[in-house]
Amino acid sequence: MKDNKKLIWFLAAAFLLLVLPSVAQYAGNFWVRIIDFALLYVLLALGLNIVVGYAGLLDLGYIAFYAVGAYTFGLLASPHLTEAFPAIGAIFPNGLHTPIWVAIPLGALLAGFAGALLGAPTLKLRGDYLAIVTLGFGEIIRVFLNNLDAPVNITNGPKGLLQIDSFKLPLVGFDFGRPGSLFGLEVSSVTKYYFLFLAVVVVSVLICYRLERSRIGRAWMAIREDEVAAKAMGINTRNLKLLAFGMGATFGGVSGTLFATFQNFISPESFALNESIMVVAMVVLGGIGHIPGVILGALLLAALPEVLRWVSGELDLQSITGGRLDAAILRQLLIAVAMIAIMLARPRGLWPQPEHGKAAPTPAS
Amino acid sequence: MADVVLNVTGASKRFGGVQALSDVGITIRQGEVVGLIGPNGAGKTTFFNVITGLYTPDSGTFELGGKPYKPSAVHEVAKAGIARTFQNIRLFPEMTALENVMVGRHLRTHSGLFGAVFRTRGFNDEERAIADRARELLEYVGIARYAEFKARTLSYGDQRRLEIARALATEPKLMALDEPAAGMNATEKVVLRELIDRIRKDGRTILLIEHDVKLVMGLCDRVTVLDYGKPIAEGSPYDVQRNEKVIEAYLGAGHKAH
Repeated sequence: MKDNKKLIWFLAAAFLLLVLPSVAQYAGNFWVRIIDFALLYVLLALGLNIVVGYAGLLDLGYIAFYAVGAYTFGLLASPHLTEAFPAIGAIFPNGLHTPIWVAIPLGALLAGFAGALLGAPTLKLRGDYLAIVTLGFGEIIRVFLNNLDAPVNITNGPKGLLQIDSFKLPLVGFDFGRPGSLFGLEVSSVTKYYFLFLAVVVVSVLICYRLERSRIGRAWMAIREDEVAAKAMGINTRNLKLLAFGMGATFGGVSGTLFATFQNFISPESFALNESIMVVAMVVLGGIGHIPGVILGALLLAALPEVLRWVSGELDLQSITGGRLDAAILRQLLIAVAMIAIMLARPRGLWPQPEHGKAAPTPAS
Repeated sequence: MADVVLNVTGASKRFGGVQALSDVGITIRQGEVVGLIGPNGAGKTTFFNVITGLYTPDSGTFELGGKPYKPSAVHEVAKAGIARTFQNIRLFPEMTALENVMVGRHLRTHSGLFGAVFRTRGFNDEERAIADRARELLEYVGIARYAEFKARTLSYGDQRRLEIARALATEPKLMALDEPAAGMNATEKVVLRELIDRIRKDGRTILLIEHDVKLVMGLCDRVTVLDYGKPIAEGSPYDVQRNEKVIEAYLGAGHKAH
């Protein structure tokens, strides 16, 4: 009976997810694009949830790994390297079009490696101190990307990387960057990406869910709950913290590669501090350590600004109020108010880990 | 004579100007319950933290089950076979009682990321074995009915028992209990005593730090007394109770034993 109910819910959700882009497409490809970005944020939030939610390590520089993934893909699949370095250009006369099955795993791997590397010096830090150091690391990566255009032009500095390849499956000749058709229906590029990102998110949720219910996941949570007690249980906290940093960063890296291939353009300003803070806010607001909550938080915070932008644009607020109320300012104000309200009303997040029943106190029985 | 489980000689530890431990030794044999007592500030917990790797000793030799071990990292000591509980209970409060004990199995199980993500058969079997063992241990300490409750919602006495179950899950050669009866009422103490007695009867070796003299005298085979970081007496509870130095340490000089 209960299983049947679950199955119905599951099928309903699957159906909704399948038709969602068609509905959104009807309102405009702009909306599908917003949903695509929201899915990328879900991926980021899921990754950060491993670090912050499971292992309890507050990471304020998480967007750096998104950047590492994006730049790895961008450099490997854009004309930049072949143009900046004639030697590379000579080897690849047709341009450097690294196939996705090389570029994406490489981006994930490098990001994971960067995660463990940046995690290593912070192992003894906790709480606020850890947050400050990771925040610094995040900024260092961005500053590097911004300035590595001289003396040797590696990242093209603030101009960013242009003409990044779209997501292609060359063997079947499927290009996510172009509109196609399915059963006579026109399928736009953003809709194709929607299904790609949805698939990646579903796989990621599965991975997170399984990690949570495993020996490794329990060890992470033990570290979060009490590090000394975790050590006394024989948990090698150093290795497991590095693993958490690495796993989280890998998710960020994959998300970054997808961002680069979806956007076809990346620049350092996409990876600023406020993005890191946004992802942390998604995790905390949604329900730290609880996968459905984290997804909800990511979707809300990614989509809400756009919805508000649209609403204030439709109402033409600016002309109504004689220019005193600007849509952009109002948007930020409303989001801030919403966040404060949620944290006051639901300090454990919108959709927190369900509470188990309270134990009836039976002293000394 | 039965096998020696723990053999410590000449352990010393200095904190700045305070010599917290000087030349403390202890020998614990298989199946024994050894008590470590002493007035407040005598160095009991320091000694405890030294043998379990929380503090690095300045000197001393340490042997566990005949093999020398270096008490330099807590998780290494746990792996070598000493499981401890804490004076102020340190559970994983937001995890269920069952999960708490399952964490204790971490040390004796092996599955990694790959098994967890792909749910290999080995992983599933191990996971089932971990849960089964954890349930057994909860049953053993008598809190099986709270398996699915978060640890922080358990009563004080039950939290103590959960901590003991978690320590047992690591399959220790030596159980080190740091003031398990602290803060317990009389009935809770009786239950605790029964539990420790049962653990001993099942062949475990226990090192017990305790303030409650009655509990120590009733449970321990041998007692070591510390004062000002030095061992002042060692022997059966009966002998130690009548030792002049011990009486002096507890009650002050000039007190005559009758």
